[in-house]
Amino acid sequence: MTDPGFLEDPEATAAPTRPRPGRRTLARRSARTGTRIPLALLLPAIIGTAILVLPLVGLLIRAPWSDLLVRLAEPEVGQALRLSLITASMATVVSMFFGIPIAWVLARSNIRGRSILRALVTVPLVLPPVVGGVALFLVLGRRGIIGSWLYETFGFSLPFTTAAVVIAETFVAMPFLIISVEGALRAADARFEDAAATLGAGGWSTFRRVTLPLVAPGIAAGAVLCWARALGEFGATITFAGNFPGSTQTMPLAVYLALQNDPQAAIVLSLVLLAVSLATLTLLRERWLTRA
Amino acid sequence: MSLSAAIGLQRGSLRLDVELRVEPGQVLVLLGPNGAGKSTVLRVLAGLLPPDTGRVALGHLVLDEPAAGIHVPPYERPIGMVFQEYLLFPHMSTVDNVAFGLRSRRVPKAQAREAARHWLERVGLSTSAKSKPGVLSGGQAQRVALARALIGSPELLLLDEPLAALDARTKLEVRADLRRHLSEYSGPTIVVSHDPIDAMALADEVAVIEHGRVVQSGPPAEVARRPRTDYVARLMGLSLLAGTGEGAQVRLESGVSVSVAEPASGSVYVAIRPEAVAIYPTEPHGSPRNVWPARLASATPHGSAVRCDLTGPVPLTADLTATAFAELGLAPGSEVWATVKAHEVEVYAR
Repeated sequence: MTDPGFLEDPEATAAPTRPRPGRRTLARRSARTGTRIPLALLLPAIIGTAILVLPLVGLLIRAPWSDLLVRLAEPEVGQALRLSLITASMATVVSMFFGIPIAWVLARSNIRGRSILRALVTVPLVLPPVVGGVALFLVLGRRGIIGSWLYETFGFSLPFTTAAVVIAETFVAMPFLIISVEGALRAADARFEDAAATLGAGGWSTFRRVTLPLVAPGIAAGAVLCWARALGEFGATITFAGNFPGSTQTMPLAVYLALQNDPQAAIVLSLVLLAVSLATLTLLRERWLTRA
Repeated sequence: MSLSAAIGLQRGSLRLDVELRVEPGQVLVLLGPNGAGKSTVLRVLAGLLPPDTGRVALGHLVLDEPAAGIHVPPYERPIGMVFQEYLLFPHMSTVDNVAFGLRSRRVPKAQAREAARHWLERVGLSTSAKSKPGVLSGGQAQRVALARALIGSPELLLLDEPLAALDARTKLEVRADLRRHLSEYSGPTIVVSHDPIDAMALADEVAVIEHGRVVQSGPPAEVARRPRTDYVARLMGLSLLAGTGEGAQVRLESGVSVSVAEPASGSVYVAIRPEAVAIYPTEPHGSPRNVWPARLASATPHGSAVRCDLTGPVPLTADLTATAFAELGLAPGSEVWATVKAHEVEVYAR
């Protein structure tokens, strides 16, 4: 093997000479253009695509394009958007701070009950968010198990604060980050860590100087996914943090509220969220869309 | 400081039971088939794998002694290791890869880089200091890995298949280079390899490991000339036969006798080099004392020759020139006669 590229983690770096994954996928696809798609598969595929795409097209068609800018300039929109961006970003930072260590424990350690731990931390993935909100309320609410102690000791009540929004979003979004980073850690060659150890690097030093840089692309992908999920969070937020403009009313909540009394505003807000989502997808394009 | 190691370890189905001693400046090559436990020995010596029993010591420094509860973790051992495929950190420049060991010991960045540049110069790579490992050739990566392992002035140098990742052309050059660097290193060195040519070129001493045990050790020339197991014999291309010495004859277990030049007695091995075997289409009557009927089992190209595996009363391997092979009209299944001169037969005690 003359290509020294085998030394690299393909996730970490892409040598300029190597074909991009996207091109490879295209090549594979074009090589199979001769195959005809059976009607029994083609029809549901078309209908399925319509189910996914038509609503978004409808959103674009019915958007009040003429007074879009005026509506976007309304303070409520800016307020909700700013709150959403801030809370989603904070939730992502919190998720990374706690999630990366969890992912490391899941991927690298040999502690007992690891599979149970993995099941536990990924429950929020499948749990209806509103249930998560209720659960958070029962633990952190003013009469909750931890919340009552917080209130009695510090006179501080979490629910219906911006902090509650961040907690709700973290609860729902962190599993996405954990799963993504654990996958990246498992894919990374652990022998690099052995090499670091023989060069005198202890556990933390190895993690910081070798492991983390090696899985950085995986962490970035996980963070974007986590952020997107936090941005769209609705159920847990409205249950645990309520719906107060300026402090807990994030974009999804604002959309829902606007739909009750001003559908045009709801469309505008939705367009903003759609734009943010598409931007996120573009960010991820290199890593996800081309990896078919 | 010399390395003395006695390692006992059960790992899956592999039972490792190995004793090694390497003096300062000496290069020991661990030679053996895949899965024999060579790399596992290296991982134990590096501290990456604690042994179940035994003792590993560098001079007076005990690195492992499970019975006494001693296990020095890898990052506290005075060792340097070159890994299979080199494992240069892909996200760091070459110079930072080499400086890594010093940075682990809290040497200031500028100073560590300066030392790393010096080492890159020593291995002839000063121009590649800023490149990422991904753009280096296999031979260059190997030299960077060597510099990275040596920069911390280790008391013990471990190399795991340092030449296996190279193509045949670069291998020759890199091997000579590696040999020079190893001769400049003053501590004990252990090289793991499955390639007998690497072993012969690099080793002061060879230890052959099979199934987790050292089956033969000694100077490389000795191991090559007088193999003690079929694996080593095959590796060296020799035919290895076991028998009993009866003066100028060795009686094989199959009952056939082999004439030898020097009288032998007791349990002995007989080793015959493939180029010492001659093949005839009909029974020859000449000077060679050993003449046996044989059947050609298989023939494979081997360098410029054709290596023939012969079955019969004495299983043999013979090297023929391609011309001779063609002129004899040989094909698998051909019945032939094989001859070996008595003085071409190596006899040694079992």
